[in-house]
Order: sequence, then structure tokens, then C-alpha cells
Amino acid sequence: MAEHKIVYCNCTYARIIEKDVKQAVLQALSETGVAFTAVPDLCEMAAQKDPELARLMSTGPVKLAACYKRAVKGLCHSSGVTWNDDDIEVINMRETDAEGVVKALLNTEALS
Amino acid sequence: MTHIVLYEGPGAQSMQVDERLSLMSACLESGVRVEASNETEVDSDGPVCVIGYLDQDSAHSEKDNVQLFNLHELEQEEIIKAIEEKAQERKPWKPWFPVIDFDRCTNCMQCLTFCLFNVYGVENETITVANPNNCKTDCPACSRVCPEVAIMFPKYKAGPINGDEVNEQSLEREKMKVDISSLLGGDIYSALRTRSTESRTRFAKERDDERALKERQRCYKKLKEALDIPDSVLASLPDQDMIDMKRRAAMDDNQAEGGV
Ligand code: SF4
Ligand code: SF4
Repeated sequence: MAEHKIVYCNCTYARIIEKDVKQAVLQALSETGVAFTAVPDLCEMAAQKDPELARLMSTGPVKLAACYKRAVKGLCHSSGVTWNDDDIEVINMRETDAEGVVKALLNTEALS
Repeated sequence: MTHIVLYEGPGAQSMQVDERLSLMSACLESGVRVEASNETEVDSDGPVCVIGYLDQDSAHSEKDNVQLFNLHELEQEEIIKAIEEKAQERKPWKPWFPVIDFDRCTNCMQCLTFCLFNVYGVENETITVANPNNCKTDCPACSRVCPEVAIMFPKYKAGPINGDEVNEQSLEREKMKVDISSLLGGDIYSALRTRSTESRTRFAKERDDERALKERQRCYKKLKEALDIPDSVLASLPDQDMIDMKRRAAMDDNQAEGGV
């Protein structure tokens, strides 16, 4: 993946991602000083058909820390956002530890 | 809704890591989107608050939609308070609604007929989640009636309903293959109501409070276990008149569109 955007979903309105993982990821991103966008809840953006979702997900390569790829893809579909599999890498914070998430977000080489 | 930019580009000094982190966390916990950015251009037409150690002639200052919070002049606590006030524009809602995996969906419409809260609709002859706000928080029942395991609730506790890959093991674990018809005989909601009416009748006839109550509880328990329906949803099931009205409305719509 070439130069990519970093997007972090905080899943604010549910407790499905461990708090420690979320905090450690945010902390690491804050420490590096890298540019990134943090959204409170991607599900809410999809439900509201927030145009910002399209800007984040379909304008060039993006690495997104959230939950399962199948869920995120479905959310994008539900709000009419084009899904380009080559450009979007979803890092699942429900299954990956903080170190793995940060590594995947910051590593500019393609991971999968 | 306002979004926040933590700006540390040209014309601004860097923040401390802790400062950046606590502002970031405060925004997210208040439900506000936030960007860490070094770009002088704000890519948004909506209201934006730019926070940073900004020089007098900051590049952001001339834009109409941009409000500046200068950390040289304001305490971090004051800024966080202002963010929290802006966040009050948001209606409290846990974003809980079905998400369809169109790689699996066959457009059979079973979810449409099952859900009595008008969450589903049809657009261009394709199933759609028309009213996500109508969905009952924490109720994943419709995902269990989808024969293709195509309905997800991303905030659900377990796979494959939470979006995890669908495999035989997870199907087994979540009892996705539960045959609803055999469980309670056809329309699950009407079965539930019949059971509850039957129990009431029996209750009246036999004056056997305990047995009637137990029968109802058994039925509810079965439903709850199989479909994971929360008590609040069971308690708010629509009555027969409402269901009939819904059915008639759907038929009228269908006829108006030239259906059979
Ligand atoms: S996309 Fe996933 S991580 Fe983000 S808010 Fe929805 S359920 Fe939570
Ligand atoms: S029940 Fe499942 S397969 Fe049928 S229309 Fe609904 S989502 Fe699609």
C-alpha cells in the first residue's frame, strides 16, 4: 500500500473493544505525532449516512483500526460508500493486541 | 456536527504528548470526530474547531466555518468544556442496527417479514435497512432468522453476528441453524402471543397461577436463548391489530406499485 491515511474508530458507544487496547493505540498514535483521524463511532456515521465516511474510506489508501472487516464493509455499503478492497486495510481491534494494531497502522508496507 | 482539528503545522508549536492525548480522548468520549493534522487547509464545509498553540497570524484564522481555540490563551480544561458543550447536539443513541452482508444476502426478504419494528425496507427491489433508529438496542433476533447468515450487528458480543467470518464452527456455536418454525411453529411472534394467551386462559380456567406463569416463562426462556431477544423487546412486541395494520399497509403499497 502506498502512502495511506490512518483512521481510528473509538467505538465509543459500546464496550466491545478492550479499553486498554483503545487507550494504548491512541497513546501510541499521539506519541508518534503522525497525522490521523479518530472517529467516535463508525457505526453511527454509517447510520447517519455521514458524507465524511465516504471522504475517509474512498479517497485513496486507508488503514482503519476498528473491528471485523466484514462488518465495516457492510457499514460502508449501507451508507453508499464505495468499497475498494485494494485500498482499504481494516485492522481488527477486537482480535489484535495494541502492539499489533499500532504496527499495522504505522507500517507503510502492505501487511496482507 | 462540529469536528475538531488538533493543529501542529506551520504557524503553530507542538503539543505535549499528554496534552494531545487528553484532548483527543475528550473529543472521542464526547462523540466528536477529531483529526491530528499538520495541514493548514481544513477539508470540510461544516463547523470546525481548530485547537493548537497558534501564532497570531495563524493560517486558519480567516475561514468562516473555523473557530480557533488557542492553547496560548486558554486552559486545556476550558477547551474540553467547550467541546463537551458542542457535543450535546448529539441525541443519545447506541448505534445498534442490522448491517447486511450483500456478499451473502439472497434478497429473500425473511428479515423484512420478521421484524415488526419497520427496520427493514425495500429499495429498487432490494432489501435495505431503511430505519436503523427503529431497531431495538441489543436485540439481534433478525440475524438468527436469516437463512444466509447475512445479517450482522457489529456491536454484538460474538461471531459471526458481530461480523466475524462465517464458518461451521461459529454457526454451531451461535445456533444459527436453529429452525425457528419447529421451535415455536411458524411466525415466532404470533406463536409467542398465542402461548401467552393460552397460558392466560389456562390461568383463568385452572386458577393455577404458578403453572401458567411457568409455561410463559418457559416459552420466553426458549425464545431468549435461541434468538437472544432482550426482555425489553419481548415486553414491547406489537399487538395483533398493529401487525394486521402493517400487513395491510405492505399489501397496499405492493398493489400501488403494480404488484400482485
Ligand atoms: S465499526 Fe466496529 S469498532 Fe467502529 S463503532 Fe462500529 S462496531 Fe465499533
Ligand atoms: S433474511 Fe438474510 S438473505 Fe434474506 S433478505 Fe434478509 S438479509 Fe438477505
